[in-house]
Formats: sequence, structure tokens, C-alpha cells
Amino acid sequence: MSKHMIGVDVGGTFTDVFILNEEAGTARVAKVPTTRPDQSGGFLDGITREVQDLSEISVVVHGTTAGTNALLERKGAKTGVICTQGLRDVLEMRRRDRPRTWGLRGDFEPIVDRRNRLEVPERTLADGAIRTQVDLDAVRVAAQQLLDDGCEAAAILFANAYANPANEAAAVAVLREVWPNAHVSASYEVLPEIREFERFSTTALNAYLQPEVAGYLGRLETALRSDGFEGEFMIVQSNGGVMAVDTACQMPVRTALSGPAAGVIAAGYIARSAGFENIITGDMGGTSFDVSLIHEGQSILSPQTSIDFGMVVRTPMIEITTIGAGGGSIAWVDKGGLLNIGPESAGSNPGPVAYGLGNDRPTVTDANIVLGRIDPENPIGGKLDKLDVEAASKAIDTHVGMPLGLSTLEAAEAILTVANSRMAGAIRLVGIERGFDPKRFAFMPFGGGGALHAGAMLAEAGIERAIVPRYPGVTSAMGCVIADMRQDFVQTINTLVSTLDEVALMEFMQSHVDQGMALLEASKTKFDSRELSFELDMAYTGQTHTVPVPIAIEVVDGTVKAPSKEQIEEAFDAAYQATFGRLLNNGVRRILNLRSAVTGKRPKFDLATLAPTTETAAKPMAVRQVHFGSDWHETAIYDRLSLPVGTVITGPAILTQPDTTVLIEPDLQGRVDSFGNTIIEKRGSTS
Amino acid sequence: MTDIDPITLSVLAGRMEQIADEMDATLFRAAFNPIIAEAHDASHGLYHAGTGDTLVQGKSGLPIFVGVMAFAVQAVIEKAAKDGDLADGDVYIFNDAHIGGTHLSDMRLVRPYYRNGKLFCYLASVGHWHDVGGAVPGNYNPAATDVFQEAFVLPPVKLVRAGVVNQDIIDILLRNTRLPQSAMGDLNGQLGALDLGIKRMDELLDDYGADTVAAALDALGHRAEALMRSELQELPDGRWEAEDFLDNDGITDTPLSIKVALEIVGDQMTLDFTGSAPQCAGPVNIAFPTTVATAYVAVKHIFPALPANAGVMRPIDVIVPEGSMLSAQFPAPTGGYTETILRMIDVVFSAFAKAAPTRVVANAYGTINALSIAGKRSNGQPWVMFSFYGGGHGGSVETDGLNHGNAPISTATIPPMEILEAAYPVMFRTWGLRADSAGHGAHRGGVGAVYEIEVLEENGAEAFLFGERGRFAPKGIAGGADGAMNLFSYEQDDGWKNPPLASKMRGIRLRQGQAVRLETPGGGGYGAQTERADGAIARDVQRGLVSEEAADQAYGTAWREVTS
Repeated sequence: MSKHMIGVDVGGTFTDVFILNEEAGTARVAKVPTTRPDQSGGFLDGITREVQDLSEISVVVHGTTAGTNALLERKGAKTGVICTQGLRDVLEMRRRDRPRTWGLRGDFEPIVDRRNRLEVPERTLADGAIRTQVDLDAVRVAAQQLLDDGCEAAAILFANAYANPANEAAAVAVLREVWPNAHVSASYEVLPEIREFERFSTTALNAYLQPEVAGYLGRLETALRSDGFEGEFMIVQSNGGVMAVDTACQMPVRTALSGPAAGVIAAGYIARSAGFENIITGDMGGTSFDVSLIHEGQSILSPQTSIDFGMVVRTPMIEITTIGAGGGSIAWVDKGGLLNIGPESAGSNPGPVAYGLGNDRPTVTDANIVLGRIDPENPIGGKLDKLDVEAASKAIDTHVGMPLGLSTLEAAEAILTVANSRMAGAIRLVGIERGFDPKRFAFMPFGGGGALHAGAMLAEAGIERAIVPRYPGVTSAMGCVIADMRQDFVQTINTLVSTLDEVALMEFMQSHVDQGMALLEASKTKFDSRELSFELDMAYTGQTHTVPVPIAIEVVDGTVKAPSKEQIEEAFDAAYQATFGRLLNNGVRRILNLRSAVTGKRPKFDLATLAPTTETAAKPMAVRQVHFGSDWHETAIYDRLSLPVGTVITGPAILTQPDTTVLIEPDLQGRVDSFGNTIIEKRGSTS
Repeated sequence: MTDIDPITLSVLAGRMEQIADEMDATLFRAAFNPIIAEAHDASHGLYHAGTGDTLVQGKSGLPIFVGVMAFAVQAVIEKAAKDGDLADGDVYIFNDAHIGGTHLSDMRLVRPYYRNGKLFCYLASVGHWHDVGGAVPGNYNPAATDVFQEAFVLPPVKLVRAGVVNQDIIDILLRNTRLPQSAMGDLNGQLGALDLGIKRMDELLDDYGADTVAAALDALGHRAEALMRSELQELPDGRWEAEDFLDNDGITDTPLSIKVALEIVGDQMTLDFTGSAPQCAGPVNIAFPTTVATAYVAVKHIFPALPANAGVMRPIDVIVPEGSMLSAQFPAPTGGYTETILRMIDVVFSAFAKAAPTRVVANAYGTINALSIAGKRSNGQPWVMFSFYGGGHGGSVETDGLNHGNAPISTATIPPMEILEAAYPVMFRTWGLRADSAGHGAHRGGVGAVYEIEVLEENGAEAFLFGERGRFAPKGIAGGADGAMNLFSYEQDDGWKNPPLASKMRGIRLRQGQAVRLETPGGGGYGAQTERADGAIARDVQRGLVSEEAADQAYGTAWREVTS
């Protein structure tokens, strides 16, 4: 009798749980405090609040920040590296960058200490030729030395292993024989792609995370199982797809952006259900505003990210652009008299001045409070009883009003104007960088704070509509339930199209398909369908940046048919033309990498199950003075979740719910669509 | 002039910076040559219609261009005034370093931006092309004695006349490079970046009106100036001097002095380079625009929060006497300008350290080490591997220096070893950190690197090096010691050799299986060695970054008592 699908997102403050009852077609949400240091307490607490018998659960999907936090806080395992002679310092030398362009300050500690980076005789050349066979005795000696030194995890990092993994494969086999646990990574297994620093860094970080993430997920799974859970336990990857928990324990580096990715997946699904194929999402937290673009229902993947200076992770991940403009970002006036927002932030602790927890510099949230947009008597989140408006006003006066010669209210409006402009700038940029006009997109705020700024985004970025999901505070947990199962693969090919060995390429594709399908088969999850996609990174010879070229491949009964050179050339020309608007006469076409993705489409639930069932016409709960532009406006306050479908609330108005405040500015209206989302648009618009 | 409120000003400052950033991004994506695409050796910005002063510049371009582009725009303003034919849709192009600063590899495009028929400002794009002719592929000719031996020289000319491309100019350009396809790709990318900039300016002026934007640009200049003045006001008044040397000019083995007297009086600063060496025969001269731009780079490293705006330089006088190698006259060669400006930054930091040691870092490795290895494959195809290499940064009051960083004038990353090995017949025997290269101190410098590169091609190869710091080490500050010097070696049939001119050499013949080795300088140390924590010394020794002997010598033996 397994009928529940459960998504769990563990955040810094709250653990969000989304429970879908597939049989009854109903959904519920729970929000419980995150427990520390062991997050499994809150995790189980959240689930058992809604489902007492865990044997009724078919699947638990988890969006986790365990990996991200271990990286940011440098709390991974003591890790050792065995590498090619002469190359022990690649991890520490990076790509010869520096932390900041200006100032030349700062140093860098790689996650693997130089003492634990050992070299062995071996060398593979760029064409795959083995110049020096790996000395396996040296590998054994090195492994023992790492163990004696207390290393818990280990990685093999050999030059050009993408071109021929023979030396690495031999070395990692020996290492696995002697290593007492499963925390061993080899670069060709994690990322068979050219560029040694990116491959080594990703592999070393994977090893570094293995004990931590495997331990955490193991504890969670044990706790679930001991309470009677018999279903499938899965983890969201940075690419927005889910993977089985075993895969996550082997490849924890793929969870680096697990939490935010789930949010974007849910946002895309909610928008699509509501009729919006093109959206830009904005997640406003305490320290940052995270923006992501979804075009025709597809989120954009970026190939790599830096978790911190020198900590490069190269795995496909949902592209999220972050700017330092969150609710806790501090407003300040520089010596030249210019008002700035962030990047310094008061975060959620001590948080805004109005929290009264010790910060005395004004934040974006303080401006919202002073202007009446946030109710000081009922702070969201439930941690505080009351907000100190007086203190917030004073801080705004001291740090912004007086230096700029503005009144308190003018200064508070100024803070929001500048913050909104920065946020709108990020929205414009993510659109423009991809060649899209942001005006064609709808804006979807999620997280706690974004819906206060939705109206401003319409005005600033020229967007027509914003769509506020019914439960913006639990979007990531919902995304866990929606996400498909997906495996990404990469293999460097590095050849001219004219000299391509089509059969070798086909064999790589086949291997990716076989591995991906096996992972889908191994999971106990139902799939509506299975999808394969192949892309080649290509460029003209002499050009540095490659263009992703989708290749349509015939797969019959699981067997890949080799693409022809002509087919590849045509596909490249089309992709290049679309990117740069022209082709190069006499250009020689080159293939750098093959990228394959195997996706199992999971059944989707009907968002209408979340729709409001109330029918009584909307009545304001209260009326409050809220400042817009240069005046106070009498503003109606509504209980958002009780508004029936079809309600249109004209601004100015504020819709409240336990974890979010939705602001509808004087020239706008908020319309409740058939799923309970609020569509914010110009007054008088009709759907 | 319209008065502008501080809020609109903040908003416009962000919008305009974004325009320049988008122009950078457009060129990086489209460029063919890795020096632009990967190393970001390029820059874009908005410049004053009357003076050419920098108004706004992108964040991702090369730092040295922030100050130098104004001179490029000024050169175009003068040319247009002389010809009297400036028109909407024009694009000027040139590479003449004596007019526009830096070196001949940097191709500059300047385009006037008109609003309602009236000149509003200029947009400009600069990018380092892969090859612009001359004696040596890649244009780092250590033996050049005039510009004509470095590259072809193009003065400011109209590439596009009122929207119509002058194909003749393109034909001339492409006939004068070894890599016409790369040049054409880069040129297209730069034109595309300027197109995008024009489009974005139109949108911005549609949103805010020309008067408001003009007022914002004006106000931003004033604010930048006010920021700089308030920073200077906080510093003690006084005069401090520093001197350092270049190894030689690549022709004659004589050290060349770079000297500065830094004077602060109230909210004014003077950087006087009087006493620096006279113009020399070899390519380490720089033109005056480069000198001013370098002063800006040094100042911005000391005050990182300053905006990229000409207002910053108003309270600063830069003095260079005529006849100096820092105000070289046409046709003196300038191809190695990077080495000279790195030394200028070093002496400004050293002098500033005497005024306010906590505000600066010790000297970084101070040479870009332009190394090219070239040859012919067995099928007759020529190949040129050309790259710059990293070294240690200086220690600061906060931390040790960064190991293996990029040059202060650049934000360029190094190409991956595997990309180089896949593209050229070479193998790196070593790509590692260089022990005992850091300057000791309370906070030591970052360590330099060791790169040992073996030639795999059966025809052998030829190597060229343009480096520095082979004879004079990067300096420590506030009592910190100097870093190790640059050491270049090459393998011959009878063993390893070093170049007679220490850091510069051309035409080194290498057989298959022979190698070159570059051991790059570490950064200078910060603060007295006696102040270094024993734990930090012990850790460096355990990590093999400092040898036991060197640690004993620099710090005494107390660190040996530390148990890890």
C-alpha cells in the first residue's frame, strides 16, 4: 500500500516536506525546524507529521545541501591524491587565477594538503599513447602512505586519462584492493573530459565529499528503513534530475547545487501548467538573489561552477546566476556619495536591524518594514514575535538618509529602488546572455522574499506578468517530487570531423546509453517514458569556445546507430549559425566532447490538487498603511490561501501566508488562477 | 546640466557598467584567438565625447586597459578633428602603441555614439590579436630595435565609414598577419561588441533620456574624484622613493632603472618617475599613455573599491621626463611593455609601503614570461605554442601571498596543460610549485612555479623567451625578504644551459626529447621574519614549499619544536 511520494528540502532554517498522495490525488506540505548537526531528526519529524506509517511511502526524494555545505565550510574528509609524476600541484595551482581582480590579496588552501598529494611514475600522452606504464608498486606504496597519514578518501588523477584511461584504471583497481572503504574516485570515472585542473578538481572534491555525503545519506536511509520505509530513496542532482542514493554516495559532487536545482525544476513545472513556457525565476534569500531562466519549458544547464575560489566543480548543473542582493543585504553610502546594496549581508542572523539581534546597519528587509510592506506584528517564519520598526528607521536615517539628505521614507524607497534595479539587472543579463529578450518572459519569484519585489521587476525589466506559486516557500521540496531521473555523461573525442572515427563515437554513445539505462532499470521508480539526447561540443579549428551541437541519433531497441560526418557537419552549421549569425568560409570543423543524457520521465502529479477549494468571496482581514512612491496608501491585507480561484485583487494590496508576503502595487492587480497561483499584472488585464 | 538624484545615479551606474560587461562577454564568446577568448586580454567601455576620458569600463577586461583606452579615444578625436569628417556609423581602427599605449598586438576599435544627430560619447573595444606580422610569430620579438621589427603599424583610420565597411582596410590587415582567419574572427567579434554597445545605449537613453544619462556620467566622474581625494586625505603627507631594475632590454646587457618618488600632499598625489632609465634600444620602452594607465592600475590595486572612471586620476599627477623609456618616442619598440609596467607597479607598491605598509602587498613575481615554442611538423605544417606563465604573489598584512597567481596587470588564466599537449607536439614533464621561491616574512610571498616542457616532434623546435626578474628579485615590504629570481634553462646535447641575457632569448634550437625549464619567481614577503608563526614555518616545511635548511636560515630553528 505505497501511495505517498515525498519531497524533502533541508534548508538552513527550515526543513520543507511535500507529500503527494498519489491515490487520493492530494498534496500537503509541512515545514519543521531543521535539526543540527544531524539533519535526519527534522527530516523524519517533517515526514511523520503527515504520514505515520512509512510503509505507505513509495518514494522519498531529497534535495540536499549537505554536499554544498561541506564544500563551503571545508568539512569534507581528509583526502589523499595519487597523481602523475610532475603534476602533484595542479590542484593548488588552479588555472593561475586570483581571488579578486583588484587588490592582489588573499591566498588559497586546496582541499588536499600537499603532503597528501603523491606522485607515481606513469604518463599517457594527449593522443592516448602510453609513454610510461603505471608503476603499480608505487601506487601501493602511495596508498599505504595516505592511509598511514589518516586519509579517509582517495583519488587517482592522471594526465590525459580522458584520452586513454588504461593507467588510471589499473591504478584505481590496485587502490580499491588496499583501500578499506568505498571512498575512492578516479578522474576518468568522474569526468573523462580534457582539461586537467577541472577534471582533477571535480574528482578530488568528489572524493572529499564521499565520506560526508555517504554517511549523511546512509544515516537518513537507515532511519527511514528502521521506521518501516520500503520504497525508493533518491537524491536531486545539480542538473535537476534525480539519481538513486547509491549513485549519490559514489558521485556526491553531482549534488553540489541539489537544493536550488529542485526549486527551479518545480518553478518550471508550475509555470508550464499555468500556461507559461518562458519564465525567469528569482529566489530571494537572506544574502542573495538567485536567478534562473527556463525557455520553452527547459531549464538551461551550465557545464561548471566554482563553489568557492579554486573549488571548481565541472558537472552539468542548472544555471543559476547569483547576485548579492537579498533581504539581509546591507545598504550603505560610499565615500563618493553613491548608495550601494550589498555584497555585505546581515544574513538571517543577526539579520535585519528590525530583528533586534545585534545588527545596526540597514538592510533591504528593513526598508520593506519601514514602508509598511512587511507586517511588523506578524513576522514570517515564526521565529520572532515582533519587529522593531523604530530601530530600522533609525538605522536607515543614520546610514542612508543623512548622508544623502533624504527623509527616512525617501531613504527607504531609495534602498528598494537600488536593490530592485540590481535584481532587474540580473534578470536582464540572464536573458541577454542567452540571446533572449526578457520582455518575452514571465517572472516567478519563490523563496520567502521574492514576492515583495515582483511588481518592481515588472516595471524595471519590462516584464508583463509575474506568477507567484501557491506555496512559494516549499518550491524546492515540490521540485523533488516532480524531477525526472537523469544521468549525464561526457567523453572527450578531440578530432576533426574529417578524421572522425564514427564507429568509435558510436561506441561511446552506446556505452553511455547502456550505463544510463542500467541505472534507470535498477531504480524501482515508474517512468512514463525514457529519453536519450546527444550533444557534441564543436568549434572551427583555431576557435577556443565550443558550441553545443545537438545530434539526432537513431536508437533502435537500445542500439545506437552511428551518425554520419555529413549529419554532424549539418548539425554544427545549424547550431553555429544560430549562435553567431554566420558561418565561416573554409572553416575546419572540430569535435571536442560528446555529451549524452539519459532521462527517465517520472509521472507528474496534477497541480490542480493544490488549488483552493474555497468559494466565499475575498474579504480583507485588515487594512494597513503602506508607502508607495511618495505617499502612504490605505492597503487591504488578505489571507492569500483562502482566496478562491478567479479572484482579482486590485492594488494596492498585500496577500499574506505563513511563509511569504505578496505585494500588489497600486497600478497592478493580483489574479488567482485555477491552480491557486497569483498572477501579478497591470490593472485591468485579463487572461 | 541636469541635476541628478542619487538614486537614479546608483541605478544608472549599474546599467552602464552592465553595458560594458556585455560588450566584454560578446567578444570573449566570439573571439577566435585564445588570448582574448580564454585570457580575456581585451576591454570595452564608454568614453567622453569631448575629452576621451574613461566614463565606464567593463569589469572583466584586462586591468591595464582601464586607463589606456582613453588615449586611444583621444587619438581618434584628434584624427577626426583634423579630417573633419566624423559621422554616425564610423568605426576607427588602429594598433599604434605610441598613440594608444600598450603594444602593437592590441587592436583598438573606436566608434562614436550619436543620439538624435548629436555626438553623445564614444564606445571602444580593444583586443590582443594573435599575430600582427613582424619578425616573430606572436610579436614578442626580444631583439627588436624599432616597431617595424615587431609588427605592422596601423595609425587611426576609418574601418567603417558611416556604416559602410571599407574592405580595403580589411584586405590590408589580413595580408599582414600570419593568422588571417584568427584576425578576421577577432575583428568580427570586436565589431559585434560595438554593435551591441550601441543598441544598449539606445535602450538606456530611451529609458532615461540623454540629459539624465549625461548628467549621470558627469556626476560619476565627480564622485570618483571625490572618492580618490578622500582616500588620499586619510594618508600621511610625505615623499617616499623606490627604485628597481629591469634585467636588460634584450639587446645590451645593462640593467635599466625604474624609479619613482611618490608624494602625498593633502588630497593630491604625485608619481614622479624622473631618474628612470632613458629610452633604450630594445622593446621594453613604453609610451606615455601606457605609463599613465599603469599608474592607474597601481592605484586601483591599492584602493580596490575605486570605480573605473577617469575622475580617479584627477588628483594624481604622473611625471615622466622627455627621453625616458617611460615616454618613448616613435619608432622605439614597445613589444615587451608588460615587463616594464609590472616593474612600475612594483616600485609604486614599494614606495607606498613606506607610507602605509598595510595598504599594499609585497611585489608579485613581476614578469609574464612570454615563452613561445615553434616548429614544423613532419607534414610540413608550422606550429607555434605561445603562452604566459604564472608566479607567486606578494604577502600582505592579512595572509601569505597566493601561490601561482596571474600578473597584476591581467586577469588571464593559463591554458590547461592538456589543451596545450593536445594542440602542440610537447609534453610537460613538470607543472608544479617551486619550493624555496617565496620571499620570507611574517607573511611569506606566494611560491612560483616550475614548468618543464619537452619537445616531442621529431623535427625538433625553436624556443623564444621574453621574461624578466632574472637578475633582480621581487621585493619584500615592511621588513619582508625578497622572492626568488626567474630562472630559465634549456637542454642541449651537452647539458642544461642558461641564456646569456638571463631572461630573454631567441632562436633556441631543441631536438626531439630536449626540454626547456622555466622556474618563475615567488612573491616578496610581508613583515619581519621574526614575526612568522612557528606553526606556519613548520607547515611550509612539511608541505615541501620551504626546505628545512632555508627555514632554519630565515627563521631560526624554533619551528622544529612544533609538533604537527
